Amino acid sequence: MTTTVTKLEKLVGKRIKRKEDPRLITGTATYVEDVKLPELLHAAILRSPHGAANIKSIDISKAAALPGVVAVYTGADILGVGSVVCAADLPGLRKPVHHILAQDRTYFVGHAVAVVVAKDRYVAADGVDLIEVDWQPTQAVTDPEKALAAGAPAVHPEWPDNTAFIHNQEGGDMAQAFADAEVVVKQRIVSQRLIPNPMETRGVVADWKQADKAMTIWTSTQIPHLARSILAGQLGLDENRVRLIAPEVGGGFGSKLNVYPEEALMGFVSMKLQKPVKWIESRRENFQTTIHGRGHVDYLEIAAKRDGTILGLKLKLIQDLGAYHQLLTPAIPTLSVLMMPGLYKFRNISAQVIGVFTNAVPTDAYRGAGRPEATHGIERMVDMLAAEIGMDPAEIRYKNFAGKDDFPFLTAAGLTYDSGDYAATLDKALEMIDYKGLREQQVQARAEGKLMGIGISTYGELCGFGPSPATPAGGWESATVKVEPSGKVTVMTGCSPHGQGQETSFAQIAADELGVPLDDVIVLHGDTSIVQYGIGTFGSRNTAVGGAALFYALQDIREKAKRFGAKMLGVEDGEVVLADGHCTDSNGNSVTFQQIAGAAYRGIVIPTGSEPGLVATRFWEPSNFAYPYGAHIIVSEVDKETGQIEIKRYLAVDDIGNIINPLLVDGQLHGGVAQGLGQALWEHGVYDDDGQLVSGTFMDYAMPRARMMPWIESAHTITPSPVNPLGAKGVGEAGTIGSTPAMVNSVVDALAPLGVRHIDMPMTAGKIWKLMQDSSIQEKKA
Amino acid sequence: MIANSFEYSAPGSLKEALALLAEGAKPLAGGMSLIPMMKLRLANPEHLVDIGRLPELNYIREEGGAIHIGAGVTHFEVESSPLLLGKCPLLAETAAYIGDIQVRNRGTLGGSVAHADPSADYPAALHALDAKIVLTSSEGTRTLSTEEFFLDTFTTALDPGEIVSEVIVPVDAGLTGTSYQKFLQPASGFAIVGAAARVRQEGGKFTMVRVGVTGLSGNGYRARNVEDALVGQDVTDANIKAAAALVADGQDASSDLHATAEYRAHLAGAYTARALRAALSRSA
Repeated sequence: MTTTVTKLEKLVGKRIKRKEDPRLITGTATYVEDVKLPELLHAAILRSPHGAANIKSIDISKAAALPGVVAVYTGADILGVGSVVCAADLPGLRKPVHHILAQDRTYFVGHAVAVVVAKDRYVAADGVDLIEVDWQPTQAVTDPEKALAAGAPAVHPEWPDNTAFIHNQEGGDMAQAFADAEVVVKQRIVSQRLIPNPMETRGVVADWKQADKAMTIWTSTQIPHLARSILAGQLGLDENRVRLIAPEVGGGFGSKLNVYPEEALMGFVSMKLQKPVKWIESRRENFQTTIHGRGHVDYLEIAAKRDGTILGLKLKLIQDLGAYHQLLTPAIPTLSVLMMPGLYKFRNISAQVIGVFTNAVPTDAYRGAGRPEATHGIERMVDMLAAEIGMDPAEIRYKNFAGKDDFPFLTAAGLTYDSGDYAATLDKALEMIDYKGLREQQVQARAEGKLMGIGISTYGELCGFGPSPATPAGGWESATVKVEPSGKVTVMTGCSPHGQGQETSFAQIAADELGVPLDDVIVLHGDTSIVQYGIGTFGSRNTAVGGAALFYALQDIREKAKRFGAKMLGVEDGEVVLADGHCTDSNGNSVTFQQIAGAAYRGIVIPTGSEPGLVATRFWEPSNFAYPYGAHIIVSEVDKETGQIEIKRYLAVDDIGNIINPLLVDGQLHGGVAQGLGQALWEHGVYDDDGQLVSGTFMDYAMPRARMMPWIESAHTITPSPVNPLGAKGVGEAGTIGSTPAMVNSVVDALAPLGVRHIDMPMTAGKIWKLMQDSSIQEKKA
Repeated sequence: MIANSFEYSAPGSLKEALALLAEGAKPLAGGMSLIPMMKLRLANPEHLVDIGRLPELNYIREEGGAIHIGAGVTHFEVESSPLLLGKCPLLAETAAYIGDIQVRNRGTLGGSVAHADPSADYPAALHALDAKIVLTSSEGTRTLSTEEFFLDTFTTALDPGEIVSEVIVPVDAGLTGTSYQKFLQPASGFAIVGAAARVRQEGGKFTMVRVGVTGLSGNGYRARNVEDALVGQDVTDANIKAAAALVADGQDASSDLHATAEYRAHLAGAYTARALRAALSRSA
């Protein structure tokens, strides 16, 4: 049994190309739209064209009579189905009942009113066009501040103040902070509505088998198990007889961290008709009916000493909720409150969140989910304070950072940051970009009349969700490692990656721990009949939580494998080491991992007290969130004639703890920065006063294109997280969180000579031009 | 695309296509404007005649001191044509600004011209080039100037049953300099404003100036006031600025989500000046 032990190359930390990519690149991946079943029917949905309207009557007779139409259902038909679930709760939260089809009133453009089921999508759409609704439009309100004003139209007539909740959080002694303050800076800051726009829209196939009382649902989701639990409840089915499959999911960005009306609706239709049915969301429906992100109006006040010492931060946060609560809608702005202090050691915060109903699609988690808004707030306020007292924006940050010896660091908002060395990360960023040289260059540029700006953001975030008490549905994650008799390894993760690349990074972790080649490992996810219960993918948690669960399951496999190895080598337990795919005793005799796997299933040589098979499942919950952070710096120049912003340099130094696969990290950062710059410069979900979504197509909603992106210079510092055994923190949202304040700070810095203090996003060229016009007019007057 | 149902014909000859169009069918070429509207069911034609595949409409050739371009030529073919790049670079430069590579591979010159989108790129260049638009129906053929052809927003001189069959542009080699400068709407890539300039200079004076503008108002136009202000004047930046500042005079500037009327008018001036400067730098 002696073999030569070859040292295997460690895979964790390597830039490994994604195992997922071949099927994506060759077009052979299976998305919901690719699911084809015998006798499959197709659904199309009639949606409200009005921001707010009463439905006086609906006539479905023409649609029902159209050849090829199988059934038409309206709000009256679905009352037996549970309403859309909101898992978040706050004291006194008003929860409107959100039926899967509207009853006598619609509350936003796109609100589902009726479903037509037909032999194909074309006939279904023709049927929708034949439904006659007698609409009585009423006055809508879409601006959350207008919705709070006296006399505003009531979104839900039973709550005329349009207020869903008021949430207060205090930390420290704010009154004292303001009493001690030598300078107070105030600013209203808007984080506009954004539309997530994953490349794949939503889609559902439901297939009810009456004989087995069994339902299979394919849906494009980030949370297959949670969605199964919720849908079983809505449809009144046994959870173990519902199989939910998230097949290939083409992006989510939080918008698929949800359970929407159409999922239960397709289940209902399939049960009614005893046939499988498919609904695929059009891009226009995705704009109108899939959750939006952000939607804040923040009133911020920062209190400080003249030497730059921050004393406290006060926030009044007006959250545009939309017409209903989706899964986590009311919880999102409370995350903003938690991240208010950023990376700074001041001890006093005071926050009031007002959740406001509007005639718009609900807001909910969108990449960053509350943290980008908070980071934008604190990072803008720190810059404004620096400008007010004439201090360099880097210097004021150093002055207020939590120190590297302060960890674990309890913040004014009550969180305990796990690890970090903020000054070292900023040091690295400033050195890489030659900050001193840049400031000299800026003096020169200004002398030449150029509008050059340097913007710094030192962001922090919380991710790796998270301890269970801090999450609405369990903050743990699960992993099963199944070693086959041949020694091939199947990992089943409760995470539901949809672009993040865990089929690769989790295979790297497993291959290293077990000493097997990367290709010997496959990673399965997203099918509740295959994978043990899991929580899913959101909040940059896959690696920090799901990866940790996997790590512990792999340790169980290692332990069992070592016992088998010892038995096979005829030595005592504990006298062997398992490394590089071999179990070796002190004499140098060894068996391979594959031989051990074979023996474990052959069942002849069983270690005392052990049992056949080589499978382990672990559920693991972190004791705390993980807290990535970083420093992003943007050098920009504004075209004086047009207001066009040019990004000259983009530097990101991120500390995301240990890195499993730098290639995946780059991808996450680039995508995150693209979405952050999208918010800072172009994207805006705009409703008009009647409730029409005027930015409802890609012709009007400015998603960033590749040609609009700057080159991103990226580097890292590494302070491993002590919260999980991998030392990983999370990178999915870092780019989105770090980028917006760096961009706005850069452009405000460019325009500072004109007296500009703040600019709300998106900083479109037209907005900058207007600002320059107004500033120069003021200058002339002065 | 979940459009309404429609009949589709792909005739093999222009003659057959024109006969179908005379019966009331609507032409489909690259479909880059029509299909999105059909997808949203905002356009619901009953019968489409595919003229995008007709070899008779697919040519770029020099003839009698001008370049004749078949209406079925794609934007990418315009952008990459050696003949156009050498002898009418303004049209090639303009085509390269249209949409993205997928759109340029499908969309056609004739389709874009016939659609007359007020933010489309071609009208600016065609006005500046003194281009001719050839219209054909089963009744025959007629040739119009750009100002005779482009009438208003999405409105041209095309009669029912008639198609744009050819665009004629001048051979512009030698001392003429041209440029198209565009401010892109960030979402759609259409022009918030686009300005095309075509100039000749001699002895330090402008001897010929053409300026075409798109995006500013409901219809692309030839900015004769800018042209008149420059011809015979010294080639100076002050003169360019002063003339370009006139470009929006008399125009009803559009206002939308992406640019106010005030900003559009300002951009029209700025981009006209940029186009004139770039054109000058290319006129030997």
